[in-house]
Amino acid sequence: MLLDVGNSRLRFFAIGGIGLLVVGAAVMAFALETPSQTQQAPGASTLPPASTATAGQTAPAGAGSAPGSQTAPSGLNIVVLDPAHGGTDPGARGTGGIQESEITLEFAAQVRRGLEQQGLQVVETRQGNDNPSFDDRSAIANAQRGAVFISLHIASTGIPGTVRVYVNSDLPPVKTTNGFIPWDLAQAPFLGLSRKLGDLVQGMLTQQFKGSPDTAQTATIRQLRTTAAPAIAVEVSSVVVNNRADLDHMAPAVADAIARGVAAFKPLYAMATTSGALP
Amino acid sequence: MEPAAEPARGRWKFWLTTLLVFAVIGAAIFAPILRKRMTRAARLQQQSEEQARRELIQPVPINPSDPRVKAQLFWLSDADSSILAPVAVELPLSSDPVLRSKQVLNTLLAGPVDVGLRTLPPDAVLLAFYVLSDGTAIADFSEALATSIPSGIQSEQLAVDSMTHTLEANVPQLKRLKILIHGQEVETLGGHVDLTGTFAVNAGAGQSLANPATTPAPAKTGALVVPPLTVTFGTVKLTQR
Repeated sequence: MLLDVGNSRLRFFAIGGIGLLVVGAAVMAFALETPSQTQQAPGASTLPPASTATAGQTAPAGAGSAPGSQTAPSGLNIVVLDPAHGGTDPGARGTGGIQESEITLEFAAQVRRGLEQQGLQVVETRQGNDNPSFDDRSAIANAQRGAVFISLHIASTGIPGTVRVYVNSDLPPVKTTNGFIPWDLAQAPFLGLSRKLGDLVQGMLTQQFKGSPDTAQTATIRQLRTTAAPAIAVEVSSVVVNNRADLDHMAPAVADAIARGVAAFKPLYAMATTSGALP
Repeated sequence: MEPAAEPARGRWKFWLTTLLVFAVIGAAIFAPILRKRMTRAARLQQQSEEQARRELIQPVPINPSDPRVKAQLFWLSDADSSILAPVAVELPLSSDPVLRSKQVLNTLLAGPVDVGLRTLPPDAVLLAFYVLSDGTAIADFSEALATSIPSGIQSEQLAVDSMTHTLEANVPQLKRLKILIHGQEVETLGGHVDLTGTFAVNAGAGQSLANPATTPAPAKTGALVVPPLTVTFGTVKLTQR
């Protein structure tokens, strides 16, 4: 009886061992096969083919095909506020432990109040200390109808007490296909409106913060490129201030200027919508 | 010994032998494959490190017989640090576009006399520089370019602009610039400026180079040329010195 039990145990272990071996072999074969599919040719390590996680994706042109948004009224209704950085990415770091990711969040709260006072609905890309990807942030704007996108930044350079507005540099013209535009070039059809929005907001900011530029500037900003809406980045100088209060004192005026700039932009947006200038 | 135990032991031996045979076959099949792949991976890594070391150790050759020309280098303006300004520096420059590009970029990295006007981190190193047959230049920098640059849209855009304008002013053969960090494409320079595409160089001859950061002249301000660069190594001729 004892031997029978031992025998059945041995049989169990033997069969189990073979089973594990087969499974192990399958896992090894899969593990070996996977790198062979992605391995680059020798020498290619210094020049990998460019690819992004969103390659091949598309964005709804004008976000008009966003589900559930068909009943939204035409014109500018929503502002997507993007406090840059967050999570493990603190952004610019200044003296006294000032972090860009914290300041942008506080600025966003004040800008939100200013915009809501203008009758605009506000959506934020983050409200806590997390760090959505560039595409995730763009996706929030791209899912809206009648939205503009404003990314908030605090620089580590520049004359303290000045604010600059940036619009994405020129992008190649794109053709919409079945109402969709390429995700990687989602900003292209909106560049003209982005410049108008940027100039208006910059004008309001310059009234408040002397020494700031008169018009919006251009830069190749990753965050804006995939955003299918009029989009700007607002960069405040700077985290390199002697006192954190210097930045805090700027927030109400920045919020007011952005809100007034967006309000001034509303008629231009409505005009573009009715004239069919928007994709 | 009980008689019933004999067949049981026989089966046990059979299964153990079968298990061992499977293990030996499996090892025989996968061990050479594993060794081959490990050898290849080690060789690739060794090549990459050797290449980087070679690039770092060997300075860009300066031939005294090369004509000394007044190169234009773009650093921050003394009057306004939010814009770039050209500075004439007399250098012996090669006529070869790759060597010439390396020479001016290394001078740009070395920085101006006033270190406060530099656009690139002092610890950044140009690891490699290539020019494709279509005029696309590939500049591969050490990680310090991305990690040591002051974070911000303005500072990052000025860094890229200083490179594109300097190349444009001194190497007319170049059309575009692709920036890599330690041999890899990265999404942004320091969290803001897009490095997934190429930047226009010599795209608008005749345009003013002044105030590139504030003048909305996209073709001259490091405008990103998308879609991102794709290269088929079997068909594109690389030039490396």
